[in-house]
Amino acid sequence: MALIDLANPTRFLKLAARILPGLGIATAIAFAIGLYLVWFAPDDYQQGATVKIMFIHVPNAWLAMAVWSVMTIASIGTLVWRHPLADVAAKAAAPIGAAFTFLALVTGSLWGRPMWGTYWVWDARLTSVLVLFLMYLGVMALWRTVDDPSRAGRAAAILTLVGAINLPIIKFSVDWWNTLHQPASVFRAGGPTIAPSILTPLLVMALAFFLLFVTLHLAAMRNEILRRRVRTMWLMQAHAAS
Amino acid sequence: MNLGPHAAFIIAAYVAALVVIIGLITWVIADYAAQRRLLADLEGRGVSRRSEKAEAA
Repeated sequence: MALIDLANPTRFLKLAARILPGLGIATAIAFAIGLYLVWFAPDDYQQGATVKIMFIHVPNAWLAMAVWSVMTIASIGTLVWRHPLADVAAKAAAPIGAAFTFLALVTGSLWGRPMWGTYWVWDARLTSVLVLFLMYLGVMALWRTVDDPSRAGRAAAILTLVGAINLPIIKFSVDWWNTLHQPASVFRAGGPTIAPSILTPLLVMALAFFLLFVTLHLAAMRNEILRRRVRTMWLMQAHAAS
Repeated sequence: MNLGPHAAFIIAAYVAALVVIIGLITWVIADYAAQRRLLADLEGRGVSRRSEKAEAA
């Protein structure tokens, strides 16, 4: 099957039905291995056992930005090519991205209290991630305020592209400003600064969360296609009755 | 495994992740069931999409 064939919603539904069970199993296995490695991971010499919060905080923080990037690419598909699945992909990703961003904020606060002595500071990294969370909520609200999915899709796509400006601000906030949040320690020039005994469970947990996102996103896209079919059939029924 | 003096924070973080993940999975499954139910109801009343009519013809 060529990639362009996936533009057909019916073909997409057939593909999703075929691969979703396997993706679900792969996600469960990745989480099982990840949690096993987390269980036996050594304490950090400074953070102690609190480093275990990083195994869920960091993957969720990465996904918070990655999901908005997916929505940005989908928004370009909506505005430039009017791809039939582009705004379906963007709409389906938004609640999942919001949930990951919420988890990044909550787990970060739970780590911050014992390590920094406070749940929250208005520093550049934390504030820019909070803005990202509010942008997710804004896009979700926008989808609900416009009844016509294609019009809502174009409006949400513009908002998503504007919100993408925040992504480099989040990434480089720790370099541009003097923040309490530590600088990048995995994706950085010169390689990771984390010991393999902690880096390995972190990367496995990141893979597990990534697989969870792909699984949930495909399932949510399938649901959105069905929702649009229901809407079309309601409109046809109303038209036939009038 | 000894979680040390900050065990409550570590456990709270994992519980929060578990609750959110279960919430997402429940939302996706419930939404799928709801859309399938609505589609079946409409099809039961004889409503079909134009593309389905074209395929049937």
